[in-house]
Amino acid sequence: MHGTREATRQLVRMRGRSYVAFVFAPVVPIHGWLEEIDAMLARSPGFFVGKPVVLDLSAVELSQSAIAHLVASLEQRNIRVLGIEGVDAAHLTTSMPPLLTGGRPTVLIQNEPKKPEAKPKPTSLLLESPVRSGQSIVFTEGDVTVLGSVGSGAEIVAGGSIHIYGALRGRAMAGVNGNSAARIFCQKIEAELLAIDGYYQTAEDIDANLRNRPAQAWLEGDIMKITPLN
Amino acid sequence: MAKVLVVTSGKGGVGKTTSTAALGAALAQMGEKVVVVDFDVGLRNLDLVMGAERRVVFDLINVVQGVAKLSQALIRDKRLENLWLLPASQTRDKDALTDEGVGSIIADLRTKFDWILCDSPAGIERGATLAMRYADEAVVVTNPEVSSVRDSDRIIGMLDSKTVKAEKGERVEKHVLITRYDSGRASRGEMLSIDDILEILATPLLGIIPESQDVLLASNVGSPVTLNNAASAPARAYVDAARRLMGETVDMVVPVERKSLMNRLLGRRAA
Repeated sequence: MHGTREATRQLVRMRGRSYVAFVFAPVVPIHGWLEEIDAMLARSPGFFVGKPVVLDLSAVELSQSAIAHLVASLEQRNIRVLGIEGVDAAHLTTSMPPLLTGGRPTVLIQNEPKKPEAKPKPTSLLLESPVRSGQSIVFTEGDVTVLGSVGSGAEIVAGGSIHIYGALRGRAMAGVNGNSAARIFCQKIEAELLAIDGYYQTAEDIDANLRNRPAQAWLEGDIMKITPLN
Repeated sequence: MAKVLVVTSGKGGVGKTTSTAALGAALAQMGEKVVVVDFDVGLRNLDLVMGAERRVVFDLINVVQGVAKLSQALIRDKRLENLWLLPASQTRDKDALTDEGVGSIIADLRTKFDWILCDSPAGIERGATLAMRYADEAVVVTNPEVSSVRDSDRIIGMLDSKTVKAEKGERVEKHVLITRYDSGRASRGEMLSIDDILEILATPLLGIIPESQDVLLASNVGSPVTLNNAASAPARAYVDAARRLMGETVDMVVPVERKSLMNRLLGRRAA
């Protein structure tokens, strides 16, 4: 029987973890630089509270006492220095923050209240009612789909393709942003004008055999092709 | 509940004023309290068609500008006691109309009448937009020809975007009224067919008014066609249309002229 239980061995686990720290790079004169810090604090007091700060002294030549003074000055402003880099280890005393090496630049994540993220803009437009004479629908971000007809004297302008599930009696202009792959589809072609990427055909140029039939128009090089859909 | 109905078309000369008077009289004959309002400021005609031109003292503009009270400007029809006319001014133009002024008059009329029929001027400018501005329903008058149909299409687009109802996200109930329809010419392909018109406008049909001498005869004597000769083909068509506005289901027939026996016998007489 053992009088005492054997102490269980505690494993020391080591884990790596990286943090993002603000890096201060003071410049001479230190006095002027501190004033800059003061001005920044006046604008947003408490900005550095609870945030790790590292001093990068590579741009300045400071004596041991000057470094101690700088660290103390920052502490007076409630800025606690986590470590120092860019300086010879001999310049640092044990009471000073430790020397850090191997820092990599990174993007600072500000935890200011985030602006509500702008929704990605829709890339298509759906119209559920007929487009009447005199109406002009301009949608340069992408495709336009019309569930009704497009009246004589109406106009659809799209950055992408145009789909019309009714009669097209007005004008349809697809691919206006230079998208030559855009097409125009309709259930009944009686269009006044068709255009893709600037190339156009008027009603007169459209083959009379196609009239009143489902058709599509597309660009082959710089020639507009119009063919029946069935 | 009062209904504001605009009679409009875009194109001129298609029969807006005739239709306003005829529908107004037909609704009044059915017992409704009706006012017909002329919005054609500067080119008023509704007073003539209603036969009230010699009784106009104050008009719509006087009321808009606060010169006269609404009750002073309203003219009661001599034939039907529940039919009233609010005439337009002939000496002013459409710029004298204001959105607020029209809005307050329409609101006032809503408390006094069952139906407020607004006779819109032709065009798409101020007069026409203010006539349709406060409408709950619209009758789009169309002739069976392409220019009239395209203008009607434009007007329907405006009814869906420029009215108070549309701006509130509601819908103005729209009806197509085809006037000056000649079934003979349509069957010979000289006119657009009813199906073609409805396919282009994608709006329900309220009625088909045949081309008829009676329309001109009635307006020349200053009487709505429905009152002047109730048995005539256009009068019967307008009465059917009015019944459909009241929510009745009436078979859609194209009324034809009833020729008398003598007419038929003598119709073929050689010159």
